[in-house]
Amino acid sequence: MIPGPARVILLLTSAALLLAGCGLDSPMTTVEPKSDLGRAIHELFMNISGWALLIFVVVEALLIGVVFAFRDRPGREEPRATHGHLGLEIAWTLVPVIIVIAIAVPTIATIFKTNAPPPREALAIEVTGHQWWWEVRYPELGIVTANEIHLPVGRAVSLSLKTADVLHSFWVPQLGGKRDLIGGKLNNLTFTADVPGEYPGQCAEFCGVSHANMRLLVVAQSTADFEAWAGRLKAPPAPPSGEAAKGHQAFLAGGCVACHTIQGVAAGVLGPDLTHIGGRKTLAAGILKNTPDDLARWLKDPPATKPGALMPKLGLTDDQVAALVAYLRSLK
Amino acid sequence: MTRGVWGWITTVDHKRIGILYGVTAFVFLLVGGFEAALIRLQLARPDGAVVSAGTYNELFTMHGTTMVFLAVMPLNAAFFNYIVPLMLGARDVAFPRLNALSYWIFLFGSLFLNASFFVNAAPNAGWFGYANLTAKQFSPGANIDFWVISLQLLGVSSLIAGFNFIVTILNMRAPGMTFMRMPVFVWMTLVTQFLIVLAFPVITVGLILLLFDRFFGTNFYNPGAGGNPLLWQHLFWLFGHPEVYILILPAMGIVSEVLPTFARKPLFGYPVVVYSGMLIGLFGFGVWSHHMFTVGLGAVVDSAFAVGTMLIGIPTGVKIFNWIATLWGGRIRLTTALWFALGFIAMFLMGGLSGIMHAAPPVDMQQQDSYFVVAHLHYVLVGGSLFGIFAGLYYWWPKMTGRMLSERAGRWNFWLMFVGFNVTFFPMHFLGLLGMPRRIYTYAGGLGWDLWNLVSTVGVFILALGILVFIGNAVASLRSAAPAPADPWDGRTLEWAVSSPPPEYNFRNIPTVHHRDELWALKAGRAPVEAAPPPPREIHLPPPSFYPIVVAAGVVLAATGALTHLALVVAGALVVVFGAYRWAFEYRSSLGGGLRPPSDASPRGLRGQSPRSSGPR
Repeated sequence: MIPGPARVILLLTSAALLLAGCGLDSPMTTVEPKSDLGRAIHELFMNISGWALLIFVVVEALLIGVVFAFRDRPGREEPRATHGHLGLEIAWTLVPVIIVIAIAVPTIATIFKTNAPPPREALAIEVTGHQWWWEVRYPELGIVTANEIHLPVGRAVSLSLKTADVLHSFWVPQLGGKRDLIGGKLNNLTFTADVPGEYPGQCAEFCGVSHANMRLLVVAQSTADFEAWAGRLKAPPAPPSGEAAKGHQAFLAGGCVACHTIQGVAAGVLGPDLTHIGGRKTLAAGILKNTPDDLARWLKDPPATKPGALMPKLGLTDDQVAALVAYLRSLK
Repeated sequence: MTRGVWGWITTVDHKRIGILYGVTAFVFLLVGGFEAALIRLQLARPDGAVVSAGTYNELFTMHGTTMVFLAVMPLNAAFFNYIVPLMLGARDVAFPRLNALSYWIFLFGSLFLNASFFVNAAPNAGWFGYANLTAKQFSPGANIDFWVISLQLLGVSSLIAGFNFIVTILNMRAPGMTFMRMPVFVWMTLVTQFLIVLAFPVITVGLILLLFDRFFGTNFYNPGAGGNPLLWQHLFWLFGHPEVYILILPAMGIVSEVLPTFARKPLFGYPVVVYSGMLIGLFGFGVWSHHMFTVGLGAVVDSAFAVGTMLIGIPTGVKIFNWIATLWGGRIRLTTALWFALGFIAMFLMGGLSGIMHAAPPVDMQQQDSYFVVAHLHYVLVGGSLFGIFAGLYYWWPKMTGRMLSERAGRWNFWLMFVGFNVTFFPMHFLGLLGMPRRIYTYAGGLGWDLWNLVSTVGVFILALGILVFIGNAVASLRSAAPAPADPWDGRTLEWAVSSPPPEYNFRNIPTVHHRDELWALKAGRAPVEAAPPPPREIHLPPPSFYPIVVAAGVVLAATGALTHLALVVAGALVVVFGAYRWAFEYRSSLGGGLRPPSDASPRGLRGQSPRSSGPR
């Protein structure tokens, strides 16, 4: 229930914003939702924005009009001293009361809708925040990965959110709102993506020096594509050969195994699981593209890219880096 | 009056303390502004490299902490100190030496906080310092210790001032000044002080728990040992939300003084404006969890806090309507003070409306911790509080300095700040809606954020230019401007009844009040002009004292000890005890210390004012 004049203004503004939105690529926009949760939020946002815009236009116009009309000019008489008017006071108390009710009702409806427990058939995904990366587990599928969440379009996903250290907040704007990851509390975020695509997200709760570098990518795909991906991740990667085999040796000989898991190779738990890192789209929690150059850059000096990162500068030689790059890229 | 530096150090005069607050706070406004400029330079382009990640986190933490505690609160305190006793018809505050103590602790606490920069340990966990990032495990340096201890010091200062002003306003009103005759600025000061004395103990508790976690290994906020990081959020926002009203209500009071004076009409709906202010203060204690809508408190809790938050929109809206009705039918003189007051209404309204948007928890799921909220809070605290403070500066400057400010420069000042402010902060709404989170020191290109970030950075420099014009205006005024008459604006309230600046004793005879707009009534001949009583032979004024600064020094010495060596804590405590003891017995035998008003001056005070003063129009 958006009042008439506001609807016109809203339409014009939305059109302008839409034009701006088309002109600019905004993969983290909140105003083009791609999930049921995002749409419910956006609908409420547009509803309240309509009221806000109406109030804004009326009050600012009134303010400017009054100042213009009653500005001091030669010949203007001394004003009459009025002290108040009971009827007016009641009127402009009631108007905000009515508007608040008009906003509160759909708000509460949406609160309960967005807090509904996840449906039974929802795909369960466990997301654990670490300084500064995301651990992702699919308990039903036995998949462990990091910083990249794949999910099927049209099926509800139920994210269980927790943290391994400080507070974080899970936020993929196009798929809906954020929810915090809090020590000692298990949080849930449920939504159903409805358009296939790649949706970047980011930690939204300040979590230390590299808070800005804690990004992630959600890949919403058709059921067939999702199952293909899940099949690939359930299988162990192909055994390394050539340069990759050298890298495999370097991985075992270096400190890598202390922190990282590669199925059948190492079982460290401090850093992200690397079993299928070669198939991921990004590196280092979404801050680098998964290219040989960026991977080499990361291996040479992780804290240079991600200040405060737990992974130290290992002092690898160029040869070692090249071998490791070949090995890690082979893990698909 | 004791002169020179010693005079300022030992002063207990509310007017001098007000000026000390104002000057100190303005310096910190510049410091906080400088930090903001560095933040904006870093974010002007993607992958910015102006400062490092660590420095950036220190900058935004210190920017927030500085602007809230060292700039806006004490700028308001400057007006409380200088103006409230004058408006009440009092000679000083109830506890003048406590007033000095509160200032010195504020000053030393502020310096202590900023000293952290020099030992490379500026606080870096945000002005909100969420647990458990603040735990020793995740923040091992002294950064958080500086923050915890400084906030405790500043809290002590605020609490002392809070009690002082409550007692002052309740007890020091001139005869005839009933509650419903008090100027609205005094009312809003009173409400603010109640918020301070009720809200600061909560953060004090929160900080003590944090201090114990960090210094003595307790686990209040440590989830790994059964503690709860959410406890901090509840305590912090139970303080933090009333704090927002502590920052904004004084500005609402200032605007409620400026509008009637320049519209030449009494404030419309005075009792409603007063009650709305009280309601805003009261509701402010019941809405803290709207800062926690993404925490997952559940649908029922979220609904309750959403409705509570939206309710605040009602008294706020009522105030805005009453201000507009005050202007309606007036003869509006567009002075700089009035421009800033109008800017306050226009911008605060926008902050209020975006606030209603994220009062809805589902919408807040998208907007929380995004630049949309950054835009919102700056519309409230800059477009609101700071514009209100500038309205007060232009309004009361002649009273406080005895000099006029240039109206021409004032207009440049206003429009540069107004445009700069909007260019800086309006695009942040877009950034938030396009998904840019707060508190990130860098971002990748290609997210649609580049343009708006650049625009916002440009805006900061326009805003800064406006502040620069103010500084120029102020310096020129102090150096060479014409002396200000007692009543340059044809004012309504008692501060305009005395000279500019007022004599040390404020009023030769304590006035008797008959009207809400007492001075207008007098000038229009509507108040009874009583036969002038003979001026008192002697006016008792509190004599200067240097024990307040001694006690404050002891307090900050103990604080320094907390970060260095236990011996300093003991030494500081001894200094405090010594100072407080001497303070207590300082004047037991010299109650006489009175002041003789100049005998040649014609009786001033309320009598002898022409009905229309001849200030510039």
